[in-house]
Amino acid sequence: MARRWPIWTGLALAAVVFTYPFAWLVSASLKPRPDVFDNAFIPREWAPENYVTIWSAAPVLTWLTNSVVVALAAAGTVTVSSAIVAFGFAYFRFPGRNALFALVVGTMMLPGAVTMIPTYLIWNELGLATTQVPLWAQNLFGSAFYIFLIRQFFLGVPRELFEAARVDGAGYWRLFWRIAVPLCRPALIVTFVFELRASWSDLLRPLIYLRDPALFTMPRGMKAILDQFGQAGEARWEVVLAGAVLTTVPMIVAFLLCQRYFIEGVATQGRKG
Amino acid sequence: MARRETWAAYGFLAPWIIGFLVFLAGPMAASLVLSFTDYDALTGTAFVGAENYRTLIADPRVRTSLGNTLFYTALHVPLTMVVSLGLALLLHRAGRRSAGFFRTVFYLPTVTPKVAVGVLFLLLFNGQSGLVNQVLGPVGPDWTTDPAWIKPGLVLIGAWSLGSTVIIYLAALQDVPRDLHEAAQMDGAGAWARFRAVTVPAISGALFFTLIINTISSLQTFDEVYTAFYGSANQQTYGSDAALFYVVYLFQQAFQFLHIGYASALAWLLFLIIMAVTLVQVRLSRRFVHYGGG
Repeated sequence: MARRWPIWTGLALAAVVFTYPFAWLVSASLKPRPDVFDNAFIPREWAPENYVTIWSAAPVLTWLTNSVVVALAAAGTVTVSSAIVAFGFAYFRFPGRNALFALVVGTMMLPGAVTMIPTYLIWNELGLATTQVPLWAQNLFGSAFYIFLIRQFFLGVPRELFEAARVDGAGYWRLFWRIAVPLCRPALIVTFVFELRASWSDLLRPLIYLRDPALFTMPRGMKAILDQFGQAGEARWEVVLAGAVLTTVPMIVAFLLCQRYFIEGVATQGRKG
Repeated sequence: MARRETWAAYGFLAPWIIGFLVFLAGPMAASLVLSFTDYDALTGTAFVGAENYRTLIADPRVRTSLGNTLFYTALHVPLTMVVSLGLALLLHRAGRRSAGFFRTVFYLPTVTPKVAVGVLFLLLFNGQSGLVNQVLGPVGPDWTTDPAWIKPGLVLIGAWSLGSTVIIYLAALQDVPRDLHEAAQMDGAGAWARFRAVTVPAISGALFFTLIINTISSLQTFDEVYTAFYGSANQQTYGSDAALFYVVYLFQQAFQFLHIGYASALAWLLFLIIMAVTLVQVRLSRRFVHYGGG
């Protein structure tokens, strides 16, 4: 095992490259304006008031709350609807099943930018184009990747379990709700945290749909902060940095709490191969 | 009995079928129709034939944005794949315990919202005082302002979020049957020969998958570029055209200039490009992707 040290050195160096920007971000957000670029790991002078400044300069609490509400709605709806559809594909044998499932998988390849405009027009027709509804409501109809992922788990449930329940007179909904769902909870949690992250990070859709700053999600608000305090504005980077920390930290905390599920989900993603 | 089961099955599939019709098939068709019109919500929509497509071919900004996007993708995707594979091999060799810790570390940047990545890019890659150039010294270019260096800089900051690719490769490496390696070793194959003849074919499915996924998402790069170089307040551009990416231009045309018909044509061009690139990749991959046996 003498040759293990190159592995450790490589990993350690990479780890520094991957974590340093976080440390820099947090540290710089706590520095007074002239020191932002000094790159000292520990601030020479502390400026926690940057967070007070951003708090009073922008409705940060509202934006964070909006993000939480939208992300929970997006993740909750997509988990339930994708699980229902996945059960349809996993349990039943019916004409057209393989073709339909191929279509589901095929839509994973479809670039989102292509349907962006007509989708906007639909929400506009419904009078919801400037609300938060378009940011999550499409998730009511399931999402191809999650349907694929949950179906894999449902297929792993022994069929005898379903058959025994059928003999006892259980209906299909009961099979789904009482057997499939409890046994596949990890897949549902993976779906939930994945969508939570995707929704939390989204900038494009909030840019398209949200006009009223009171409805902004945190990334959209962050962009507004950058417009006001960034390179085109007052160049008060310490305020921008505090905003970036507030946008990032909730996701980092969520990730560290549920990292098993994040990583399981990604690993499964590659296996569909 | 069987009929009832079929109805029940379609009942469970109903959400997806409705969603597919309303939010995928419908919009695709609508987008195609719109691309042949001059859409105006107020004065009515006029059919203009192929005019949008003619405009698009002659539009220098289409060429610029497409060139930028393809350039970025051509650098970003291979760099991400090569570095990820290197890291995944290191993790694989390090053993499961320690791999867990580093896997977490490498994945962390991918949960960072791209808006924050854009801010980090502006500050860490700042030509005068950014951290990157403090490390590089006087050779460091003006990453955020020099048109020649904006895209290479974006490629580097983009590579920071390669965590999912690493995890996919690591999972694939852990699935490679050990006896394949042992057999090759007995035949006297060195480390490099085993890598090429055993590892790469065994994980070719994962390599192919990440190639496709990374290419498709890379061609649609938006968030970090828009954050760093475009202002949503007054539609201004801070940077040069070097940061004009295709979806950024599409977004501007559709939602800032309200050229809905033209933007729909742009969307269809993007769709065709992505389909073409994906098809070429699928074709080429048939030669080297092996399924089964790991």
